[in-house]
Amino acid sequence: MTDSLAISKFSDLANPTRFLALAARILPWMAVITAILFAIGLYLSFTTEGDYQQGATVRIMYVHVPAAWLSMMCYTVMAVSAIGTLVWRHPLADVSHKAAAPLGAAFTLIALATGSLWGRPMWGTWWVWDARLTSVFVLFLMYLGLIALNRAMDDPSRAARVSAVLILVGFVNIPIIKFSVDWWNTLHQPASVIRMGGPTIDQEFLWPLLIMAIAFTMLFFTLHVMAMRNEIWRRRVAAQRRMAARLAGHVTGSEG
Amino acid sequence: MSHTFYIAMSYAVSAIVILCLIAWTWLDGRARQKELAELEASGIRRRSAQAKGDAA
Repeated sequence: MTDSLAISKFSDLANPTRFLALAARILPWMAVITAILFAIGLYLSFTTEGDYQQGATVRIMYVHVPAAWLSMMCYTVMAVSAIGTLVWRHPLADVSHKAAAPLGAAFTLIALATGSLWGRPMWGTWWVWDARLTSVFVLFLMYLGLIALNRAMDDPSRAARVSAVLILVGFVNIPIIKFSVDWWNTLHQPASVIRMGGPTIDQEFLWPLLIMAIAFTMLFFTLHVMAMRNEIWRRRVAAQRRMAARLAGHVTGSEG
Repeated sequence: MSHTFYIAMSYAVSAIVILCLIAWTWLDGRARQKELAELEASGIRRRSAQAKGDAA
């Protein structure tokens, strides 16, 4: 009974009109919560002590790590949506992965840029082609490829199916990114927060990091819902223009 | 270059990318809403909206 209720609620959301109504209700709240979390997170980021070795440069961690987490989480959201497209033909699944790709590219760009800016004073180099950095760069290229593919194909449902297959094939890169620091010798440090045995990072740095991570995650979901809404509107505009063209054709035909 | 430069650049790059992303998503939404309103004003409506209008 409870299961059927949950499935019914989920399938209700599959209706784009219901999704638009829900988005209109929740978006202002999501935006406010995101802004508050960023205000707290940024305040903590700039008021905590510097690290005994890195000094104030440790503050780069509060934007670099959440962006890097999101670059992988966004791809995971896209992979789940891709399964929705291929298995259940969920009406919003292809809208979801198409809307998420530019967001994932932007967060991966932030992770790469801030990582490079952190690497220069700490490692003495802007970039090295080691396993972690290279696999994240490959992820960035994959996002760009998926954006280009979606824009190159006129038929959104065909583009969605092709993208979904590529997303699922490319998902192999996510565990490679996560475990690259354990499997290969890299300049990048191993995991210090999400690891067996708990975080190794000091509480002083952990709290601002977690709050900034939640703020970035809320920002992603807020922008994702907005981008999905925009994509539904875009498809409605295209459908209505097709209808207008058909009507115009009928009128011209009956006059002739 | 001092460490302050790298910290400031990191936050500046993040802020620019995030603000561009927010602006792009918001402006895209406004443009689509405008297009839908123009189509509606010219009498072109979705079939489901037409059916509702006919029923009323």
